[in-house]
Amino acid sequence: MQFSSRRKKLATNPQTELYTQPLQFYVQPPLENISLSEFETFAVDRLKLLKTVENLGVSYVKLSENYLSKLESESKNLNFPYKPESDDKKSGSTECDKRRKDHISHFILRLAYCQTEDLRRWFIQQEVDLFRFRFNTVLLSKQKLEFLHKNELHYNTITTEEKAALKDKLINSSYAVSGITVTDQDVYKVPFQDALDLVRTRKVYLKAGYAYIPHQDIVTIVLNDFRTKLSKALALTARSLPAVHSDERLQPLLNHLSHAYVGQDYSIQKNVGKISLEQIDSLSGKSFPLCMRQLHQALRENHHLRHGGRMQYGLFLKGIGLSLEQALQFWRSEFIRGKVDADKFDKAYAYSVRHMFGKEGKRTDYTPYSCMKVILSNPPSQGDHHGCPFRHSDPDLLKQKLQVYKVSPSGINQILELVKGMHYQLACQKYFELTHNIEDPSFSLNHPNQYFIESQKVLGGGKDIKREMDTSQRSQENSAAKGSTAAREAAPNSSQHLAEMTEDLESFFQDA
Amino acid sequence: MPSSDYDSACLPDLLPLYYRRLFPFAQYYRWLNYGGVQKNYFQNREFSFTLKDDIYVRYQSFSTQNELEKEMQKINPFKIDIGAVYSHRPNQHNTVKSGTFQALEKELVFDIDMTDYDDVRSCCSAADICSKCWTLMTIAIRILDRALRDDFGFHHLLWVYSGRRGVHCWVCDEAARKLSVAARSAVAEYLSLVKGGEETVKKVVLTDPIHPFIRESLWVVEQYFSQYALQAQDILGRKESVDKVLALMPEDVKKELQQSFQQEKKPETRWKMIMEQARKKQGTAKKGQYFEKEIMLQYCYPRLDVNVSKGVNHLLKSPFSVHPKTGRISVPMDLKELDKFDPFAVPTISLICEELDRPRPGEEEEKSEETKENEKDAAERRKIRDYKRTSLAKYVRYFDQFLDGMARSWKGQLLKKSDLQKEF
Ligand code: SF4
Repeated sequence: MQFSSRRKKLATNPQTELYTQPLQFYVQPPLENISLSEFETFAVDRLKLLKTVENLGVSYVKLSENYLSKLESESKNLNFPYKPESDDKKSGSTECDKRRKDHISHFILRLAYCQTEDLRRWFIQQEVDLFRFRFNTVLLSKQKLEFLHKNELHYNTITTEEKAALKDKLINSSYAVSGITVTDQDVYKVPFQDALDLVRTRKVYLKAGYAYIPHQDIVTIVLNDFRTKLSKALALTARSLPAVHSDERLQPLLNHLSHAYVGQDYSIQKNVGKISLEQIDSLSGKSFPLCMRQLHQALRENHHLRHGGRMQYGLFLKGIGLSLEQALQFWRSEFIRGKVDADKFDKAYAYSVRHMFGKEGKRTDYTPYSCMKVILSNPPSQGDHHGCPFRHSDPDLLKQKLQVYKVSPSGINQILELVKGMHYQLACQKYFELTHNIEDPSFSLNHPNQYFIESQKVLGGGKDIKREMDTSQRSQENSAAKGSTAAREAAPNSSQHLAEMTEDLESFFQDA
Repeated sequence: MPSSDYDSACLPDLLPLYYRRLFPFAQYYRWLNYGGVQKNYFQNREFSFTLKDDIYVRYQSFSTQNELEKEMQKINPFKIDIGAVYSHRPNQHNTVKSGTFQALEKELVFDIDMTDYDDVRSCCSAADICSKCWTLMTIAIRILDRALRDDFGFHHLLWVYSGRRGVHCWVCDEAARKLSVAARSAVAEYLSLVKGGEETVKKVVLTDPIHPFIRESLWVVEQYFSQYALQAQDILGRKESVDKVLALMPEDVKKELQQSFQQEKKPETRWKMIMEQARKKQGTAKKGQYFEKEIMLQYCYPRLDVNVSKGVNHLLKSPFSVHPKTGRISVPMDLKELDKFDPFAVPTISLICEELDRPRPGEEEEKSEETKENEKDAAERRKIRDYKRTSLAKYVRYFDQFLDGMARSWKGQLLKKSDLQKEF
C-alpha cells in the first residue's frame, strides 16, 4: 500500500510522541501500517474489554473495589494498560506496546461502531466508562495535571475569597471535599451543562447555572469533554464510511465486529402465534421474571397500566411471541374491564400497541427492554408498577413477595444479600435457580425475555420455542466466548493474505 | 357562583366566542415568537389540537399569528398543546426525508399533578382537589421556582395553572430552550427527591451531608408543614395515618413513639415528640439519621413527572387552553400572589363569556372613533377591550408583564446581533 513516506519523516518516532502517557484523548489516528491479523486481534480484544466494562457496570457499582479489580485483571489479560507503569516481563509486552494496542484498537472500533445511532451510543458509553476507570487508576495524581495540560483542557478556577465564602456549601455538596481539604483544592467553575453526571446525582454545588467542582471530581468534566469529542469524531467517521464499505477485506470484518457484542436482539420474533392468550396467566407464574409477573398481576387487578408499565410489559409480550392482533386483544379485553370502554381504548391506547409493533408513527420496531434498561432508566413513581422488583421494591416488600412465591427462607436471604450488594440481575438469577431447581445455570441473565426462554427450556415446555432459540442463543454465546475465531470465520478470505497485507488506517480518519 | 355554572355540554357553543373575542392571540404570538431572534422559531413550532370526541391532530404549524388565529377560530379546539420547535415546518413533516425532521428546541417544562400525591393526602384522591391539598402545589412552586432561579440561573419562569388539578412550569430562557435531552433529565433528577412507586414505602432517603439544595427545600417545607400536614391533613391524628408515618422510622424509635402516642393525642405535640427523638438519634447514631426530615419531604416535596421534562418533543397543554372537564382557563400564575391563589376562583369559560355579554357603560362614545380606523385595527382593538371586561383580564395583564421581562433580554440579543452585522 502506498504508505506515505512524508509522514515518516515528520514523526521520526511517532510512538514516543503518542505514547508518553498511559491514557489519551485519541485525537491523532494511528499513522503506521498494520497487518490484517493484528488489526483483527486488536479489535476483538478491545471488544472483549468493552463488553467487560458493560457487564461490570451492570453488576457492580462503578469504581467500587470489585469493579476496579475485575477491570484491572481483564485489562491485564488482554494486554491493555491497566496501571501506571506496567512493563510486563512475562508476556513480553512493554508498556509502549500496550499503549499502542489501546490506541489502534480504539480507532478500529470507531470504524465498526460509527454506523448507526445505537452502535455509537453503546460504544461511547463503554469507552467513557473505560476512560473513567483509567483516569482514576492508571493515572497518578500528578500525572492528572500533566494530562490536562497536555490535552489543553483548561477550566476556570474560583478565587480563594470566593472559595472561603462558599466553603460550607461546597463541603455539603460533595464527598470530595471536607473542611480540611477545601482550602488546598482548586475549585473549578463550569456551566452546569458540562457536569451533568454530578448534577444528576446532586453531588455538586450549583449556583446561578454554574457547577462548582472540586479538583477531586474533575474527572467529570474531563469525561464530558471526552464524550463530546468522541461523539463528534464518530459522526465524522461515519461520513468516511463509504470508503470502508468498498473495501472488501475490511467490510465483513467490521460488520461482524459491530454485531458480535451488542447482545441478542429479542425483537426478532421467531415464535409469533405459538403462545395463546389463555396461557399467559399460567406462564406468568412459571416462566416470567418477577418484573413481568408483577406487571401482569397489576394489570389483572387494576385493568390498567400506566405508560411505563405498558411499554415494559407490552414489548416483553411481543418478544415472547404475541402477534399484534393478540396483543390488541389482550390489552383491550383487560382495559375494558376497568374504566376504559372499547371505544376509548381504540382511540387512546390501540395506537400505542400498534406503535410497539412498529405499525404507527416512526415505524421503528421497538426492542423489548433489557434488564439494564429496566434497572437504569425511567424508575417507577407513584402509581407505576414497572421497573425491576429487585431494584425498585423495598427489601421488606420484596421479602414478603418472595415468601408468597414460596421461596425458602435461606433462599430469600441469599437473594436479599445480593440485592443489598446491588447485584440485581444476580439476585434475579438466583431466584431463577431456586424456582427452577437448578444449580449454576449456564447463562448469565441480562434480559427478561432471556429469562423466559431459559425457563421454558428448563421446564421443557414449548418445544418449538426451545429449539429455535437454542440455536440463536448458542451462536451468541459462541461469539462471546471465542470472538476472535468467529471474526476470522467472518472474513475467511482474508486469512490467506494476512501476512503480506497491510492497511493504511489513517486514510479512513482523514476527516476526523 | 361561577364555577358550578359550567356545563361541559355547552363547551362547543362557548369555544367559538372564546377564540373569536377573548383568546389573547397577540400575547400568545409575542411569546412563542421570542422577539424573532431566531429565524422560523414560531413557524417551526408544533401545535396539536384536541377536537370533539377526543380527535387528536398533531404537527400543526403556522407561519403567522393571523394564520394561527384563523385556524383556531375555524376548528375551535377543545384543547391546545404546544410541542417543540422542529428543524422543518411540522405541518410538512411528511414531505422531508425521514430522520431529518427533528425536534430541536423547547422550553424546559415541568408538570406537577395532584394525582401523584395520592398516598400522602387524605382529603381527596385522583382528579379531585380541594383547598387543603392545594397547599402541596404552593410548596412545589416555591421549591422549584427557587431552585430553577438560584441553582440553575434561569430567569423567565412561567407558572401556569393546568385548569384542573396541577400546575405547569415553562422555563423560557434561551439557555433552557436549548438544553439537550440529557441535560433536561439531569435537571429533573436533581430536582427529584421522592422516589419509588407503589412498591416502596419509604420514598425519601437522605444521605450525609445534606446538600444545600435539600436544605433550602426543607426550609420551604417547614413554613407549611404544621399548618398543612399536621392540621389540614391531620397525619398524626387517625390511627392509619399515624401508622403510615411511623412506618418511615427506624424500628426502635417507632416502638418508643407508639408507646408515648397512647397518652398523647394532640398532633402538634406528637410531632414535637418525633422531633425530640430525631434530635436524640442524631446525637448517638453514626450519621445520616434524618427520618423527621425524610417524613416532611415525603409528605410535602414536589413530585415531578420526570418524563414530561426529559423529552424535547413532549407536548404540554398550552396556557389559555380551556380544561374541557372543569371549563377553567389555564391561566398564568403571579407568584407574588401565590399564597392567595385559589384554583376555584380561576374563571371558567362560561363565566367570561357571560361577562362579555353584560351591557357595558360608555360604549356609545367610542363607536364614532372606531369608524375612522381601518377595519382590522378596529377588530383588534375591540378584542383587547373585550378580554379587559372579563375576569381573564388580570391573568392576561400578568402574562404581559412576563413577556415584557423577556423582551428586555431579547432586545439585548437583537442589539448584539445588529452590532455584529455592522462590524462586517
Ligand atoms: S433482573 Fe431483569 S428480568 Fe429480573 S426482574 Fe429485574 S429486570 Fe426483570
